[in-house]
Amino acid sequence: MGTFFIIASLILIAVILLQIGKITELAGALRGEEDMQMRSNTFHAQFGMVFMIGFLVFVIVSFMYYKNSMLGYGPHTAASEHGVWIDNTFNVTMAVTGIVFFITHILLFWYAYKYRERTGHAATFYPHNNKLEMIWMGVPAIVMTFLVIGGLSVWNRTMGDVEEGMVVGEDYIEVEATGLQFQWILRHPGNDGKLGSRYYKNIDGVNPLGQIWSDEKNLDDIHPSELVLPVGVPVRVRIIANDVLHNFYLPHFRVKMDAVPGLPTYFVFTPTTTTDEYRQRLRDYPEWQQPIPDDEQGRQRWEAFEYELACAELCGKGHFSMKRIVKIVTPEEYSEWLAEQKSYYSTNIKGTEADTNEKEGVLSLEMPTEIEKEEVEVKDKELSKSI
Amino acid sequence: MASIDIIREEDLQHGHDDHHDDHHDDHHGGDKYQSGFISTYIFSTDHKTIAKQFLITGMFWAIIGALMSLVFRLQLGFPEENMLWLKPLLGKWITVADGVGTLSPDFYYALVTMHGTILVFFVLTAGLSGTFSNLLIPLQIGARDMASGFLNMLSYWFFFLAGAIMFASLFLSTGPFAGGWTAYPPLSALPQAMDGSGAGMTLWGVSLVFFVVSVLLGGMNYITTVLNLRTKGMTMWRLPLTIWAFLVTAILGLLSFPVLVSAIFLLIFDRSLGTSFFLSEIFIQGQALENVGGSPILYQHLFWFLGHPEVYIIIVPAFGIVSEVMSVHARKPIFGYKAMVLSILAIAILAFIVWAHHMFMSGVNPFIANIFVLFTLIIAVPSAVKVFNWIATLWGGNIRFNTAMLFSIGFVSLFISGGLTGIFLGNSAIDIQLHDTYFVVAHFHIVMGIAAFFGMFAGVYHWFPRMFGRFMNETLGKIHFWGTMIGAYAIFWPMHYLGMAGVPRRYYQFGNFDAFAHFTAMNQFITVAAIIVFALQMVMVINFFYSIFKGKEQKELNPYDANTLEWTAPINTGHGNWPGAIPHVHRWAYDYSKGGRNIPQTEPLADGEQDMGNDHH
Ligand code: HEM
Ligand SMILES: [Cu+2]
Ligand SMILES: [Cu+2]
Repeated sequence: MGTFFIIASLILIAVILLQIGKITELAGALRGEEDMQMRSNTFHAQFGMVFMIGFLVFVIVSFMYYKNSMLGYGPHTAASEHGVWIDNTFNVTMAVTGIVFFITHILLFWYAYKYRERTGHAATFYPHNNKLEMIWMGVPAIVMTFLVIGGLSVWNRTMGDVEEGMVVGEDYIEVEATGLQFQWILRHPGNDGKLGSRYYKNIDGVNPLGQIWSDEKNLDDIHPSELVLPVGVPVRVRIIANDVLHNFYLPHFRVKMDAVPGLPTYFVFTPTTTTDEYRQRLRDYPEWQQPIPDDEQGRQRWEAFEYELACAELCGKGHFSMKRIVKIVTPEEYSEWLAEQKSYYSTNIKGTEADTNEKEGVLSLEMPTEIEKEEVEVKDKELSKSI
Repeated sequence: MASIDIIREEDLQHGHDDHHDDHHDDHHGGDKYQSGFISTYIFSTDHKTIAKQFLITGMFWAIIGALMSLVFRLQLGFPEENMLWLKPLLGKWITVADGVGTLSPDFYYALVTMHGTILVFFVLTAGLSGTFSNLLIPLQIGARDMASGFLNMLSYWFFFLAGAIMFASLFLSTGPFAGGWTAYPPLSALPQAMDGSGAGMTLWGVSLVFFVVSVLLGGMNYITTVLNLRTKGMTMWRLPLTIWAFLVTAILGLLSFPVLVSAIFLLIFDRSLGTSFFLSEIFIQGQALENVGGSPILYQHLFWFLGHPEVYIIIVPAFGIVSEVMSVHARKPIFGYKAMVLSILAIAILAFIVWAHHMFMSGVNPFIANIFVLFTLIIAVPSAVKVFNWIATLWGGNIRFNTAMLFSIGFVSLFISGGLTGIFLGNSAIDIQLHDTYFVVAHFHIVMGIAAFFGMFAGVYHWFPRMFGRFMNETLGKIHFWGTMIGAYAIFWPMHYLGMAGVPRRYYQFGNFDAFAHFTAMNQFITVAAIIVFALQMVMVINFFYSIFKGKEQKELNPYDANTLEWTAPINTGHGNWPGAIPHVHRWAYDYSKGGRNIPQTEPLADGEQDMGNDHH
């Protein structure tokens, strides 16, 4: 019924519109085409001005309205070191383009209005002005140069790998995120600080990452359900996918990198704000002081805030649902958390059929067999980023 | 096929100076090789008919593509709403639980993918460049038809075939392809990755290969025609900007589309022949695949080597149309004609060396980004020149506000808004935050989607009499314009904010993430605006078809007092365009308001008069 009503009214509107169109044409014939054209020129030129002013006001007002929800503004300043640089670059670009946006829009609609056709008015024959054109080519070129230099210096500082000489497990933490349809599997290196090697053909129901159990480094690797990291310590995330492309996306940290099957990528960043600190920031904003509907503990929104890991590369029908919680904690909390974790090997593999290390009930840490060794080497070479 | 050689005896007199036509016009203006209905309206070789075929087919696809977007916009704006009423149309794609119908995610992604593919290729490439290159190239350079009318006809029919195949894929039991219009492998390479990656993907690939054949046939023709069939006196620097734009567009297409074909072929090999161009170390659906050594990133390079030029293939014809329409209705020469030509050329050349700006976050070596950021931001310079020159064209004009002119002004606004956001995205550091968010969606819809549509609308309203001998209704046109102008910004402007809040694109729903879930009101607003804008496009469609038959008749040969050659041919002229000899050209196309009047290109230079098209100062 509702649908029918909508369709019927649409048809009605169409008929009415056609009639309006006809009537104005007839009126034009009566009043004289020329006269009508001049009136119409003035009307639309004026309406252009109204539109321009309305549009620019809308731009400002809507921006102010949404400002505090946007990354880089209000409570959402970046929670990572490089994120702040990115936010700054964004704001510089915003200032430059904002000025151009306003000036060009005002000129566009103002000239259209001012030079509308009127009786007794004529156009100026003014085909070009080389000097003027050089100026408005030169100025953008100079501005772009600055934006390129600023942007690239941030980019190169952000995207570099860990510095030479930094020791994994001491100077930085290396974790791994594997994208698969449709979840992220996280891997933490455990106490040795090192991630064990893996081979995709080893993947099966109990070994979702294809870890090679004869590699000692694997034995203490953890598969946590949340990404827990200490504040202030550089993290190198090794990013990979099992099946199709995914993208490791941490909006609050301005981290984004494709997960590519067969081609490990990485992103190095340093979290600067713990989850608790971020909550405290949110607490100052009324929209975050709203109670959460149906929350059993009766919390306000800011209290329940969590950092999130999402997928930002279309990977299939469940792409929109690949979520993990990310927790940034103090170094003490981190140590506590780490102490509580059990390695994936010890809880899921050890002593089962899948355990390739198990010989007559005794855990043996013998050297890997020849074939396995080769596999390990292949993986350890860590295919560098290709072009 | 009989030879379609419609060069006539009169034309062969070009060598002589006596162009004052001594035309012995005893046969009527039509084509003597065209008589039956089929050869006149269906398998026509007349460029004007082929232009109309491209236009109307493009409109058909635009409506289909837009309807698809309404369905997925409903999902995004009102995810909780009962979609049962769509069940009769969409069948099993609406899953029903407890009497409540839900759009399945599989189908959501199929809709998004088809929407993108259709709009980018079928509407804004074929529908825009196919229509206006065909209509205007022969008429504005003074040629009887394209260099090869036959290949031109084939170009349309290959496009038709491509469309038919894509359309058929909508009815597959596994649905059409659903992995995004960019079709990145492995998702697109592995049938087990997604329903749409089965037969749907095969048809997608086949359809696009035929589409490329169409583009190449058309493009070769446009280039040959512009280079070889210009009438006497029509030097390159006297060409209207439309023709420059179509020429450059055709060259871009010719150089970039074959690369898409190679990507699709390699993809098909990976799918069917067990090769590993794009696949390596994949474990999917409980199975480890044998493929090793391939790289999904290789596909992205190939795709974007087409993909970026493609966005200019879409917008450059609109540059040309807008420049021409603006100059005619401002009664002023386009400001800085040569700068306009050179900036198109600069943009076209740069278009080939910026493709990896779509791949900053895809795992390429970060060092590479340095080069691509540099070239990408350089594009902003010629783009800025174009904008300033358009604004300067308005300055000092005597502007006639008809619908075509309004759309041209609107185009400039959109190109500014969308071009400026390109400067954010082209800066790789900022792209870390914005890549694959709604900011990108806002950027390309404004700068390419809507802007190119505005160029197309300007062209349709302006040259409608050239196509049908009647005018479209101006009142409805202006309602269409203002509604679309306001509505399009209402839809796409807020998406910048979504993107700046980090909301990713290609999400079926936002509720899974706390960070993305708080924009319900905005998403509803966008959806409602989209429905209204769609309704306004129906006003245009009704106006279009109504005016073909009932529109105000064109009485004057040159209704806009324009200078270009297309207005020298008779109203509703037949195949061959000019019944007599082809007019000759003596000056550039933009002597508007020179010495108080608009001087057509056919008028010889007065004594001592300088031609802007040929002098250098
Ligand atoms: C100043 C000029 C421009 C610059 C600097 C620019 C830059 C960019 C960049 C860097 C991206 C990739 C964003 C990302 O995925 O993270 C992008 C996306 C896009 N741009 Fe532009 N752009 C410009 C103008 C245009 C024009 C004129 C068009 C079309 C007419 C266009 C169409 C597109 C499209 C379609 C996409 C999205 C493709 C996709 O991922 O589906 N851009 N632009
Ligand atoms: Cu995904
Ligand atoms: Cu691009």
